[in-house]
Amino acid sequence: MHPLLTKEAEKRLLLLGNEAIVRGALEAGLGFATTYPGTPSSEIGDSLFRIAGESDLYFEYSTNEKVALETAAGAAVSGVRSMCSMKHVGLNVAADPLMTLAYVGVRGGMVVVTADDPSMFSSQNEQDNRIYARLSNLPMLEPASAQEAKEMTKAAFDISEALELPVLLRTTTRLSHHRGIVTTGPLEPSATKGAFEKDSRRFVTVPANARLRHKVLLARGEKARDMACQSPFNTVTGAGPWGVATSGMAYNYVADAIKDLGIEDKVRILKLGFTYPFPEKLAVDFIRSVEKILVVEELEPVLEESLKVTAQSNRLITPIAGKGADLFSRLYEYHPGMVREVAARFFGIDYSPPTPIDVKEDPEPVELPMRPPNLCAGCPHRATYYAVNSVLKETRTEAVFPTDIGCYTLGILPPLQTADFLICMGSSVTSAAGISRVTDRKVIAFIGDSTFFHSGITGLVNAVHNKHKFILVILDNGTTAMTGHQPHPGVEITPAGWDKPSVSIEAIVRACGVEQVAVVSPINLAKTKHAVKEALEANKLSVIVAKAPCPLYERRMLHRKPKRAFIVGPECNTDCTECVDTFGCPALYKNPAPDAETTMIIDENLCIGCGVCIQICKKIRPKKA
Amino acid sequence: MDKYRVCFTGVGGQGTLLATMVLAEASIHAGHHVLASEVHGMAQRGGVVESTVMIGDIKSPIISEGEADVLLGFEPVETYRAMRKCSADSVVISNTVPVMPYSVAIGKGSYPEVDKLFAFIESRVRKLVTLNAQAMAEEAGSVLSANVVMVGALARSGVLPVPREAFEETIRTKTKAAFVEANLRAFDLGFGAL
Repeated sequence: MHPLLTKEAEKRLLLLGNEAIVRGALEAGLGFATTYPGTPSSEIGDSLFRIAGESDLYFEYSTNEKVALETAAGAAVSGVRSMCSMKHVGLNVAADPLMTLAYVGVRGGMVVVTADDPSMFSSQNEQDNRIYARLSNLPMLEPASAQEAKEMTKAAFDISEALELPVLLRTTTRLSHHRGIVTTGPLEPSATKGAFEKDSRRFVTVPANARLRHKVLLARGEKARDMACQSPFNTVTGAGPWGVATSGMAYNYVADAIKDLGIEDKVRILKLGFTYPFPEKLAVDFIRSVEKILVVEELEPVLEESLKVTAQSNRLITPIAGKGADLFSRLYEYHPGMVREVAARFFGIDYSPPTPIDVKEDPEPVELPMRPPNLCAGCPHRATYYAVNSVLKETRTEAVFPTDIGCYTLGILPPLQTADFLICMGSSVTSAAGISRVTDRKVIAFIGDSTFFHSGITGLVNAVHNKHKFILVILDNGTTAMTGHQPHPGVEITPAGWDKPSVSIEAIVRACGVEQVAVVSPINLAKTKHAVKEALEANKLSVIVAKAPCPLYERRMLHRKPKRAFIVGPECNTDCTECVDTFGCPALYKNPAPDAETTMIIDENLCIGCGVCIQICKKIRPKKA
Repeated sequence: MDKYRVCFTGVGGQGTLLATMVLAEASIHAGHHVLASEVHGMAQRGGVVESTVMIGDIKSPIISEGEADVLLGFEPVETYRAMRKCSADSVVISNTVPVMPYSVAIGKGSYPEVDKLFAFIESRVRKLVTLNAQAMAEEAGSVLSANVVMVGALARSGVLPVPREAFEETIRTKTKAAFVEANLRAFDLGFGAL
């Protein structure tokens, strides 16, 4: 049984923030859940995927976040408690339905989880999705611990039903990926069937109806504001002349800092968990109760500006500070030492931070080698990139490489360097159209299979219709590899009991109207190069589907042992380094042994026997059994 | 001292996250309040993986510069790279076996002399313990259990208020059944290494 399905209440579990969210939803009787995977939100969907296999819960990996949100909304308007989780930029994709779903509202509780990524551990930007609460006029909850993540998720369903509005639950990477002790509550059975009761005046947003619904939304916002003022998630603790206002993970840094600085008897803390609508009454009382306020929140000054507006409307001149020189930054994740230091400065406390060991003081300074992540040994993406690069070299062609989001973005690194432009999911196909049109250069765009389903198809239809000329290479490794091997509609290697049909990428590409289509295995370099050459010569829109399973996924799903490793023959004793200069498989590198007999060596533990390198260099051969 | 901050660093694939989980669960078993933090996403792709465990009355799950009580380094260069997490009061436990960064493997950049890295660390921190976790893991019967060897050395260091039995119980109940025996042997060898 999945550990999150334990029926035992009052059990203490060490849970990831994301797992705590799942447990909270299960305690609320979640019946329907959707997601598109994305760090740092992925473990929510992955846990629900496994749980759905053992319970009545319906769960799906949807093709993108907009699809996921609308699908979950369909269940929620039919009275079933539903949840939709995504990373912060996913909510951009789902923003269109979110804005108007707010107008029509829901019947069964609906929770939308948005996981922000301050510091961009695994993202293309660090936008602050608290601003979506204001933009959509939807309530937002922000947990500060794993226990709160569970409690707030559970409460969010009740709040959602009381207001008939979807509720946003906002986490950050640190909240999602920290582990804390969570005490379980009773588990509710999943109610998975509802009824759609027609009410077109409410649910069909033609302008005449939408005008009425906007009014309803604002009225509910006022009710929500009252709820926020009464919410147990919004507290004022401590006593003293100074104030600190905070929310989310930053609360923990504040609590530790105040203790470490020994100013517990001087500080009152306004800790907000139900952060939107802004609990104005609570805030006014807080502002009145202190001499000055330090606002501690990661990213944008959302709470700070709300407090300042509240102070102004109530004619209060209490100094309120958060972002600024000598204060907090709008950049990156915070940490406890930083909060301690700023708080000490703001409140005038003597404080000297601990002295970290500085390796620059090493009397024999060391240049540390970097360790960037790399495509795995045997990764088919490397073979595709190699094939493209070698054809370009042979034909003396220069190309621009719009790329997309997934493992294959690592093609940016040398020696492959096949990434020139990337802004978001799907942007490879569409930016390729613009770049090729105005530069007259060869453009070769790369997109992964899951990303193609997510948001590549509409761009391809556009390219066909508007007669754009570029090559699109679809890197089809049969899974959503980067985020942990989630299935997508084209998946062919499937878990036991999987009964969903596979949607063919090739058929979609042809149906879009692309005439020049090749499907190749990148493991066969000659055929892949041939397809690239043909595409370059055709000088029109063409698609190459480079199809070979992710070796990690294949091994995990099929329990397949790696194939026989390859070795370097004794004739590899020259100063030729072409393999590492152009291909760069981590299993193949310069022989470090001082008395090395070969220039290169293959690490037999890393080599999975894909056999691409033997097509590059004749000095490499299979290891004899 | 009633608060302990433990920093783990290593390379994707070395099992730092399992070691993190074992320490966190063992600390709970010993009756402590615990928090942990992990970095996901790049863990399988040869990048640096850092994680933390906080024991005691601490709310923040991450460690600022100079605040690690213990640094458990699974790879010499990564131990050295993480030195800013440590202060003169820190205890550092490091594996001695390098994992070559790919840049070094292809001759772009060089791997520093491990002894020199350790000499600097030893001159600056309260205590440095080094061990060949890979050799011990092989002796225990599974190269994959080098991470548990490291946990054994951490348990023996006596810095943390977590008894040996709590670790062993965690290994028995929370690691994969097929590896429990090898893991217990690995823990034992790591424990005896100091």
